[in-house]
Amino acid sequence: MNQQDFDPIGWAVMDDKARGVFRVHRRAFVDHNIFELERSRIFSRCWIYAAHVSEVAEPGQFISRDVAGRALIVNRDRDGKLHVFFNTCTHRGSLVCREAKGKTRNFSCPYHGWTYADNGRLVHQPLPESYSPECNRDGELNLREVPRFDEFCGFIFVNYDADAISLADYLADAGDYLRMASQHGIGDQGMEIVNGTQTYCAKANWKLLQENSADGYHADTTHATYMDYIKAREGAVLNLYSDKGFGRVRNLKRGHSVSESIWGTPWGRPCARAMPSWGDDIKAEMDGVFEAMATRIGRERADFICHGDRNLLIFPNLVVNDVCALTIRTFYPKAPDYFEVNAWALAPKGESQRLRDLRLRNYLEFLGPGGFATPDDQEMLELCQRGYQAHAAVEWNDISRGMLTEDGGAPAKQDELQMRTFWRRWRDLLAGQPV
Amino acid sequence: MSMRPVTRPEVEDFLFHEADLLDNWRLEEWALLFADDGEYLIPPTDVPDGDPKRDLFLVYDDRHRLGERVKRLGKKTAHAEFPHSRTRHLVTNVRISQDAEGVQATCNFVVYRSKNGVNDVYPGHSHYRLIPQEGGGFRIRFKRATLDVDTLRPQGKVSIIL
Repeated sequence: MNQQDFDPIGWAVMDDKARGVFRVHRRAFVDHNIFELERSRIFSRCWIYAAHVSEVAEPGQFISRDVAGRALIVNRDRDGKLHVFFNTCTHRGSLVCREAKGKTRNFSCPYHGWTYADNGRLVHQPLPESYSPECNRDGELNLREVPRFDEFCGFIFVNYDADAISLADYLADAGDYLRMASQHGIGDQGMEIVNGTQTYCAKANWKLLQENSADGYHADTTHATYMDYIKAREGAVLNLYSDKGFGRVRNLKRGHSVSESIWGTPWGRPCARAMPSWGDDIKAEMDGVFEAMATRIGRERADFICHGDRNLLIFPNLVVNDVCALTIRTFYPKAPDYFEVNAWALAPKGESQRLRDLRLRNYLEFLGPGGFATPDDQEMLELCQRGYQAHAAVEWNDISRGMLTEDGGAPAKQDELQMRTFWRRWRDLLAGQPV
Repeated sequence: MSMRPVTRPEVEDFLFHEADLLDNWRLEEWALLFADDGEYLIPPTDVPDGDPKRDLFLVYDDRHRLGERVKRLGKKTAHAEFPHSRTRHLVTNVRISQDAEGVQATCNFVVYRSKNGVNDVYPGHSHYRLIPQEGGGFRIRFKRATLDVDTLRPQGKVSIIL
């Protein structure tokens, strides 16, 4: 198949509302043409999470990392202005920044020594007398900024399309959920990325992780050992399927969605829902965190933030899990059957040592490549990918769960509206519709 | 507290025994090597010298959690390790020092893991705090296994015990 005759509306997604049947063709997970189309029509046009402001809080601070297949530098110059540059020398292309993070006043290319100030201006070329004065008259040899970048509640996004809609418009109803994740802070101290990155991968298609990251239906089976662990520690699995219900899924528009609940999940939350085993002192401290937040942003919203859980999916590849810890997880396809993940813990600045320690312990009991749950998720994605080898014979994934009630009713966490929301957006963008 | 003098071969024998338990999936016995306040740690690949109370580790197990980790890995529902992967732990470059609180041991390791037709390698170095036991042998106060990899790629996960 070539790109011209590719028609994802025609075959990749079966979206039959009347019958309540939603299917995705398994070729969408293995096809190289689709992989290339995703790169040009999704990852080159959508807003993509790049960094958190706390990573570049001070003048001179920088980080470098690959974001959607481009090497970037995110930095704050000596005057305090935020920049996002392509990490490539305008001379012959080498990376000019080779450290993952640090502080600097300039970036010097290791190849021939071209040097750029922290605002991107080319300030030094060795043996300058051989260059025409016209060479950088219009600044075209300065370090190149990405076409667009913007910050929303501390989350820095980039867009490789200069004509993209604004970040706030792009985020649609997901914006308020990102704001919520920024409101865990103490007073006005804000949030910070905890030192330490979980950089891992899976031998599977990237879209499987987006599906998996807010999938309420898999918890009891995929994560049976985690539930056993909670039961062993707490004496029972609390809350799950409680009389307060097991939450809901919301379509947040533009492909974003959230699955959420209040008092609905079996784990404790560092901000702020104590488990019995954590003891009275911790509970008292957490109640204090809640009361302070209620004073700051209102009791109803503080109740939602502290006592609720949210798995937020921002199209195409940002997951903010606000569950047993608060995480930022982003991932990029490197091949149809391989993706790479970067994951961080986000936490309130100025959190007490005791609550920070508890937060990290609680994060790691479930999350991350050494946790009690994430490795099993990775295994499931890889098992699915292996299953798709037979895509010519067994063609479709079924994502119909809860479809008949997805509009008027109350789509539950165990339904699959969040996945359908993703796939409908994916289908439209791959078909060439504007972002 | 005075303590009997400990030799490097004695520590090496203990570390080789530990490796053997892990490679034979005798994990309940492995957990019993740890003291009641024992800890098992794997720092993040980008902060190898980190502090688990402050930095986001890969593994931060107290004695209870490492016991639960072992129980988990014994179940068919620990999907990442079902069927169990084949592993081989190589332990080398052992050095020891002794002080009033016990023995500190460092070693280099390579762990090979094979599963689903994929062979992964986990190179690293470990730091142990060991408490000599009266009748011989040791208990582990902490084991900190630092991976000498830039990222957890292509391994993807640390579902085995290093």
